[in-house]
Amino acid sequence: MNKKNSKWMVNLVLALICLIWLIPTAGLFISSFRPASDILDTGWWTVFPHRAWVTEDQLSLDPDTDLSAPIKVNGQTYTNDQLTEGVVVDNTRLIWRNRRARLLDVQTKQWNSNANFTLENYQAVLGGKEYIITMPDGTTRTEKGSNLSRSFLNTLTVSIPATIIPLLIATFAAYAFAWLNFIGRKSIFVIVIALLVVPLQVALIPILKDYTSLGLNGTFLGIWLAHATFGLPLTTYFLFNYISQLPKDIFESAFIDGASNFTIFTKLILPLSVPALASIGIFQFLWVWNDYLVALVFLGGQPDVQVLSMRIADMVGSRGNDWHLLTSAAFVSMIMPLSVFFLLQRFFVRGLLGGSVKG
Amino acid sequence: MEALNKQETTSIPKLALISLLVFVGNLIVHSLIFIFLRDTPLNPALYAILAIIWGVFGVYSIYFTLNWVVEKYPTKIRARIQPYIFVGPAVLLLGWLLFLPTLRTFYLSLFGPNSTNFVGISNYIAVFTDRLLITALRNNLMWVVFGATACIVFGLLIAVLADRSNFEKTAKAIIFMPMAISMVAAGVIWKFIYFYQPGDEQIGLLNAIVVALGGSPQAWTSMLQPWNNLFLIIILIWMQTGFAMVLFSAALKGIPAELLEAARIDGANEFTIFFKIIIPYMMGTIISVSTTIIVFTLKIFDIIMVMTGGQYETDVVATQFYRQFFMYRNFGYGSTLAIVLLIAVIPVIILNLRQFRKQGGF
Repeated sequence: MNKKNSKWMVNLVLALICLIWLIPTAGLFISSFRPASDILDTGWWTVFPHRAWVTEDQLSLDPDTDLSAPIKVNGQTYTNDQLTEGVVVDNTRLIWRNRRARLLDVQTKQWNSNANFTLENYQAVLGGKEYIITMPDGTTRTEKGSNLSRSFLNTLTVSIPATIIPLLIATFAAYAFAWLNFIGRKSIFVIVIALLVVPLQVALIPILKDYTSLGLNGTFLGIWLAHATFGLPLTTYFLFNYISQLPKDIFESAFIDGASNFTIFTKLILPLSVPALASIGIFQFLWVWNDYLVALVFLGGQPDVQVLSMRIADMVGSRGNDWHLLTSAAFVSMIMPLSVFFLLQRFFVRGLLGGSVKG
Repeated sequence: MEALNKQETTSIPKLALISLLVFVGNLIVHSLIFIFLRDTPLNPALYAILAIIWGVFGVYSIYFTLNWVVEKYPTKIRARIQPYIFVGPAVLLLGWLLFLPTLRTFYLSLFGPNSTNFVGISNYIAVFTDRLLITALRNNLMWVVFGATACIVFGLLIAVLADRSNFEKTAKAIIFMPMAISMVAAGVIWKFIYFYQPGDEQIGLLNAIVVALGGSPQAWTSMLQPWNNLFLIIILIWMQTGFAMVLFSAALKGIPAELLEAARIDGANEFTIFFKIIIPYMMGTIISVSTTIIVFTLKIFDIIMVMTGGQYETDVVATQFYRQFFMYRNFGYGSTLAIVLLIAVIPVIILNLRQFRKQGGF
């Protein structure tokens, strides 16, 4: 294989993998804009132009036609099974529309697309708007949508402090571990590193007991503290790596100028750590925004504190086949992390690399 | 100089009183805000804004006031206590919410369902003999063996391909994107792909493909046991491969070009280069990525909760833990399962600490 050929192959294989990776999300995105009845009737890929049988005409047979005997249609005879499957004659197809009413569809193959798009799903999901679905059998039902705005707000209320609190606490701790002398420095730091890999499930039960006696269950403070703690080992470890690499001279000259540790921290460490804080902050934010287990255990299901992930998991359980609500709700929950991801991708990736690629 | 003199004039008992007042004052002020926010009915948007402001500035104010007191102490004492103000909150949180709970969970795991009667290790024996729990352990093993391996292999493959392609950045962004999606949302996405309905019109992609190829539609995540677990594992692969890829890709860029050039001049083909140079060179990264993904996979919870709720033999240790603790109220079993999860991670802790020492971390 020569070089040009192999490059071409590499591009093709990679493009194929990318396509496979994109299809699931693309399917969800397209479906979230389709009318409820369309989602239930046809696959989302039918919004793209494709060749399909389109009904041109209808034939009504004699109501007394015997379905077990050969059936005469326009001088030809077919069996019932053939008409259920569809009989193709000269590019037209005969197929039962309604067997009991002896109605036949005459169809031809044409280019067609089910490209009907609507914002109704989002209105139903965000504003709790009422909507009407036409069921496949022609009946309609009216249902109230699901108001996600409150959960969206709750998720923000959980995520912003649960990102900033551990960052601040970890930066203070990392500074002390890296540059201050105190008894027990090494042993405390080793314990922090060891806690990196403790599965959070191990801690849930005792925390829940403490929270119940302190009245922290179902409160935002409780979940901030939990998220902050679970994120702390990684954040501290990462920031320690960064802060301990800062040049020593700047601290020394600041000390000579009479700056206290706190001034050095706020005036030097925090501004200098911005790149590290940004990358690990994005990581923590995504983690908290996407969390389900911690919210499920400590926040519970009351609508006034419920977060998006819980709300959607509930919807999957209770309205598993309401695809128009599920797809748009899932997309609403993805808007924030996806925009953070695409806008700040550079910092996020750098954050990952700083933490783990070494040696 | 004047400031220094002023500090030294304050007597120690007076300072101790001020410290106590600041400490108790902090406690009272934040408790009052907490109670106000919890019990006062407010407009949701206003509530969110107030809560966020408090959460963010509250922590800073605690550090600020405590430090303010410490700086009033004579220099010698200050140098002793100040570091503890800086690490204090981190240590307190980790101790209270992560370190002690681990010990307490272990203690609970030695007791029966109501945490009253001591049962010794019989919970542990039960975990390894109860059919439901064995299924959970088996599934966890499947997740780690198939899921983690596939993530690492695909991650490496895609990193190598992307490195040689013409559209590296776009490809990496596309593969990495699912990292930003919550597992709950990913669950919805994949539920839609695996969706099954009797009849010929399939709205789930996988069944539509199967029908188009002449097959009959399947209920992928429920009926095909234990293969249904593999269909759930695919979701993890979709989400985590990007993570492995980004790290591998960075390590790949660290391989000196001269080394690869020299091998090519010596007549090595691409496969030899891959297995004899690239893989050994990246071993450190491969180990750290593998441990991260294995730990992550062992704790897997959300995907299963959303996709099957643990039915159809898809339970893993984490979902079974949730069920035992929150649904059956069997605290002993629940704790035991959490500890089993911890024991499974211990080799990884050791590996990590060793890696950390090798990097000359401390």
